[in-house]
Amino acid sequence: MNLQDYKGIFVFAQQVDGKISSVSYELVGEAKRLAADLNTDVTAVLLGHNVTGLADKLAIYGADHVIVVDDPALETYMTDPYTVALHAVLQAKKPDILLLGATAIGRDLGPRVSGRGATGLTADCTKLDIDLETKGLRMTRPAFGGNIMATIICPVHRPQIATVRSGVMQRLDVNPDAKARVEVFPVPGLENAIAVEILEIIKKTTAKMDIQDANVLISGGRGMGGAENYQILEDLAKVLGGTVSSSRAGVDAGWMDKELQVGQTGKTVRPNLYIACGISGAIQHLAGMEESEIIIAINKDPDAPIFGVADFGVVGDVFKIVPALTAGIQKIVDEK
Amino acid sequence: MNIIVCIKQVPDTTEVRLNPETGTLIRDGVPSIMNPDDKAGLEAALRIKDKNAATVTVISMGPPQAEAILRESLAMGADEAFLITDKVFGGSDTLATSSILAAAIKTMSYDLIITGRQAIDGDTAQVGPQIAEHLGLVNVSYAEGIEVEGNYVVVKRQYEDRYHMIKAKMPCLITALSELNEPRYMTPGGIFDAYRQREVKILARPDLDVIDTNIGLKGSPTRVAKSFTKELKGKGTVVQLDVEESVDFLIESLQKKFVI
Repeated sequence: MNLQDYKGIFVFAQQVDGKISSVSYELVGEAKRLAADLNTDVTAVLLGHNVTGLADKLAIYGADHVIVVDDPALETYMTDPYTVALHAVLQAKKPDILLLGATAIGRDLGPRVSGRGATGLTADCTKLDIDLETKGLRMTRPAFGGNIMATIICPVHRPQIATVRSGVMQRLDVNPDAKARVEVFPVPGLENAIAVEILEIIKKTTAKMDIQDANVLISGGRGMGGAENYQILEDLAKVLGGTVSSSRAGVDAGWMDKELQVGQTGKTVRPNLYIACGISGAIQHLAGMEESEIIIAINKDPDAPIFGVADFGVVGDVFKIVPALTAGIQKIVDEK
Repeated sequence: MNIIVCIKQVPDTTEVRLNPETGTLIRDGVPSIMNPDDKAGLEAALRIKDKNAATVTVISMGPPQAEAILRESLAMGADEAFLITDKVFGGSDTLATSSILAAAIKTMSYDLIITGRQAIDGDTAQVGPQIAEHLGLVNVSYAEGIEVEGNYVVVKRQYEDRYHMIKAKMPCLITALSELNEPRYMTPGGIFDAYRQREVKILARPDLDVIDTNIGLKGSPTRVAKSFTKELKGKGTVVQLDVEESVDFLIESLQKKFVI
């Protein structure tokens, strides 16, 4: 393998039901930052059916080129036709780096294409940078439940492939005038690659907003004591225009939905304001929220690790402080 | 039907240390368990066996002490257990590990392979699909439900906002989520048999049809350049006051940051 033959950064632009997943825009943004260090450009690879029109959206978030494989066999995600299509693109275009979202799709497709191409894959990266000496990609990820960070390299295999969790990287500001060079890339015989039958698609019903999109999160943990006690968090969220999330303890206890879980096994969030109520701050939880702009912690245990990441911490009783805080903020809002 | 379940012994992630020189795990002295997703995969296989005529074979790659989780599997009801162990397997990344496991599986007959989605020490979710890739099999990841229907399996495949009910022809590979089921306990008779009567067979490098350049550290495209403990963000201001003063402190802080 001649490493010099591999050029450019590719991003797998995940779309579901014709809508590009937000992590894909974040990856295009991150790819642009990496591309500056490599003096190269960014190509989004879009797989689907009747999706060519989405290429412009990738362009305004920074993609220089978009390769589209548009085929009825790619209508709904299935491992085999997607692997065949993405592998064909990688074989033909020889990118230096490929980034995928660490989603339920990316974490299935990534291993298959890395196996087919006999190259390395690093999962769930939280930081990517270029080694300016070797020009190789340095992929940093949490391991052992978030206890340790490891920087992984893929020195002599290409492409270097990484998956990145959604909410970790930042998208670029939109440039509405940007246009990408779009290349339609047909892959023959994709329908023959379909190996399973999707009998039914069942959408999970959730009325709540995605906690990854929230500017203000009021998060409850074990200290909330029960589902009924989350109402005081809802009240605080209401006056701050935020939404309620949970630590793993609250989800495992059955008080809150899994969708609302922040942390290593839940979602990574970076709101402007994160208020942790009755959350001790296990490393797995901190891994999912420590990038928040402002962190407030309220906990009765002065030694709780959450205070180690908090900008402002109050040692005290959540059930007394939160309602009083809500009332205090409400008063200020009313006076304005 | 023959079901192969791949399991991994994992360290209790609260007590993990790394060797700072090699960047690899120090496993000695750390309590070890059967990886939770794998245990759910084993339970799913045992439930298929309860309903159908099936043989459940468990395999694990790891150091000699990984025998413990294979014995545990036998005590839960697995029929056969293989430990895939050899010094030359050490340092394998996910691609090399999956090559070795695939080679071991090739020595057996199978209709269904079940792996856990991911192990709690690495959290990569790569080995299952990569085994399928090496064996040229269909894989269905993130299974929250598994039903056998003749020569097919119907899998409830989890995504972030939906499920796909996927019908796949066997042989195929499924990766199991711990949400799949509540694994059974070992039975006293099972424990007695597993430790006194049953054999954990060993597969080493000479038993497998693998290429040396595809295994171990040198067969691994990725390597750990550096490992480190994460630095927490600088400590902020923590106060211990009465309720009213606490609220004043928080409101002032929020105003200082222009939140309110």
